[in-house]
Amino acid sequence: MSRNRMNRRTLLTAGATGGALAGVSTLPFLFAQGTPPPEHPEHDPAATPTEHGGHFLSSTVGDIDVERLGWDPSEFVSSFDYGEATTMQDGNVVREWRIVAVEREIEIAPGVFFPAWTYNGQVPGPTLRANEGERLRIHFVNGSTHPHTMHFHGLHSAYHDGVTGIGRGDILPGESHTYEFNAEPFGCHLYHCHSTPLKRHIHKGLYGTFIINPDPAIRGDLARSRHPDSPDSSEWQEFVMMMNAFDTTFDGENEVYALNTVAFHYMKHPIVIDRTRPVRIYLVNITEFDPINSFHLHANFFNYFDTGTTLDPTLRTVDTIMQVQAQRGILEFSYANHEPGLYMFHAHVSEFAELGWMSVFDVR
Amino acid sequence: MADTTMRTVRELPEPTGKRFTTTSVILLLLPLVLLAGVLALIVATDAGLGDRETPPIETLNIPKVTLPEPGQIELEIVNDGPDPITIAQVLVNDAYWQFTIEPGNTLDRLDSATIAIPYPWVKDEAHAISMISETGVVFEAEIPVAIQSPQTNAESFTRFALVGFYVGVIPVSLGLLWYPSMQRLGRKGMSFILALTVGLLVFLAFDMWEEAHEVALGVAGAFDAPVLIPVLVLLTVAFLMLVGHLIRDKTGDAKGVPLAYQIATGIGLHNMGEGLAIGAAFALGEAALGVFLIIGFTLHNVTEGVGIAAPMVKDRPAWRHFVLLAMIAGAPAIVGVWIGAFVFSPLWTTVFLAIGIGAIIQVVIDVSRLILRDQQRADEPAITWPTFGGFAAGLAVMYLTALLVAA
Repeated sequence: MSRNRMNRRTLLTAGATGGALAGVSTLPFLFAQGTPPPEHPEHDPAATPTEHGGHFLSSTVGDIDVERLGWDPSEFVSSFDYGEATTMQDGNVVREWRIVAVEREIEIAPGVFFPAWTYNGQVPGPTLRANEGERLRIHFVNGSTHPHTMHFHGLHSAYHDGVTGIGRGDILPGESHTYEFNAEPFGCHLYHCHSTPLKRHIHKGLYGTFIINPDPAIRGDLARSRHPDSPDSSEWQEFVMMMNAFDTTFDGENEVYALNTVAFHYMKHPIVIDRTRPVRIYLVNITEFDPINSFHLHANFFNYFDTGTTLDPTLRTVDTIMQVQAQRGILEFSYANHEPGLYMFHAHVSEFAELGWMSVFDVR
Repeated sequence: MADTTMRTVRELPEPTGKRFTTTSVILLLLPLVLLAGVLALIVATDAGLGDRETPPIETLNIPKVTLPEPGQIELEIVNDGPDPITIAQVLVNDAYWQFTIEPGNTLDRLDSATIAIPYPWVKDEAHAISMISETGVVFEAEIPVAIQSPQTNAESFTRFALVGFYVGVIPVSLGLLWYPSMQRLGRKGMSFILALTVGLLVFLAFDMWEEAHEVALGVAGAFDAPVLIPVLVLLTVAFLMLVGHLIRDKTGDAKGVPLAYQIATGIGLHNMGEGLAIGAAFALGEAALGVFLIIGFTLHNVTEGVGIAAPMVKDRPAWRHFVLLAMIAGAPAIVGVWIGAFVFSPLWTTVFLAIGIGAIIQVVIDVSRLILRDQQRADEPAITWPTFGGFAAGLAVMYLTALLVAA
């Protein structure tokens, strides 16, 4: 706890000295500890003092202990797990992962701990990514004290559907199972536990993103930027974002909303963007208890590919989209014509934004 | 009474006359030593229950929420649960917010802390503050109507003194002004007025009981404030009766001016309770209808003056007695408003109110005795039309004027 208090003091000192700076530009200054405020000649620091002579910050106080958490949300956001690929004699690729369900406490906001159920000790679970047409084998071990499954949104047999009472069904504590199917259709998908009671198994943290890259050999040139074997794809800055939430009081309402679990994490640690390169976001809504969640990008517009199963945008030039639970899609946009700076993005359900689902890009 | 006591004493076993010896001291201390041993055993072995693996029990009491200035919210919190609590984050109206907590964010049992939140609260609107603990438990506090909390300065001191003067001293003094009219009353009229006094006092006792329970709900659970109320009421009644008996051995039954002072004291404690309620309402921003509240209490309290004057009708006391009585019964309202507005403490308020209830019950007993003696002297039963009518009228007037205090 002393760590938190230390951080808070640092914050407040920064807040007091930066109190006269204008608007959003002070946010990272307050959050990014130890980083000096960016020089911004166009803005007179004393020009727009806010009402009541200071800033009112809707944010958590302090920062999480990333080492204790075991994974860093700032790294997770651009990590894609391609597993282990083996090319068979017939030229087909078999891609394999090992996933273990474990129970552990995770820090979802500075100092706030949630007794989570996790895939591989993290929430969201690893972002599994494969190429269209590959054979996928997910070796699942249940290392927890409750039955769990892995239910993939994709094409597969009933046996591998990962649902209580159907096919292989629940994987009991200590048991294991290999889910096996082909990578199809291409798109932005997800996986989650489908044991009963479903609400609990989802909101406790058993979910992750599952991406299938389109094959340019089948889908044509448009698919190239989404396939790692194509040089076109290296130009893109890709991110995975799961809109999730946590009900710490177990009353069917969430206390914390976030992008990738930790409330306000990307406010305190802005996601760095190179404005000369295009941006692609794999966005998934796994928020439990609320019917919809949304994504709003400041000062910019994007093309949206609902479920990512098409190469033509399903929505063009929008700045806000909404998703029901398990709805997902791909966002593509660019800051090529923007001046560098901090560009916000957040749920345009203001309640969720103020409860943690608020982030910024640091466009350089 | 004395005879009964004597008989009871005789039935007890005769004292053996033995003084304390080494053996008897050891025998006296033995149970205590054994008790300490058993307690140590329980602590050492967890009473055979094994290690507790359940989540900690977290309860938090929030005795005070203030808005000291625009853009600032302050809370006092007390950990009244058995386990330590760590406050991790604070939310205002469902938004995570910056805050500071002094002396630290981990509170051991019965520790208290102050949370300061720089928040642009909106005047006249409701605000909800939530505190989320390390384990994700949420505690909530409410600001029903946001109004800047009273500042402790000369101006507000005077302003609140005036409020207390309006609801306490003025109505009691006005009631006392009926004294000359009351002197013209016959015996039946006097019975009526005395019974009216009993009626209004009984109403005040119930009123305070309700008030005490309401305030007690805000006291940290560990103090068991709701149980404290009857305990303090009984202790106060017993203590005042003891004092009364000691005095009465010389002067006989309570009557006249001394009884008036007793009534004034009880009513004074009650009016302090009302002052506390008014002051706290101002502090909490609930007194949006402040003027209406003051008018209600003022009307409500006029009858109290009649009650104080009633037992002195035959005495023709000096005028300074009236001034003193008005001050004793009315001025505590001023103190009450100050305390309520500036240093409101649910625990101490509960204690004061409980003592007040005890004082009023004791006065009810004394005035009833006075009525009973007058009725016996006139060869009449205790309950006649004048006494019943007076009693009913006392309750009715207080109830009806209480309707004006729709705070």
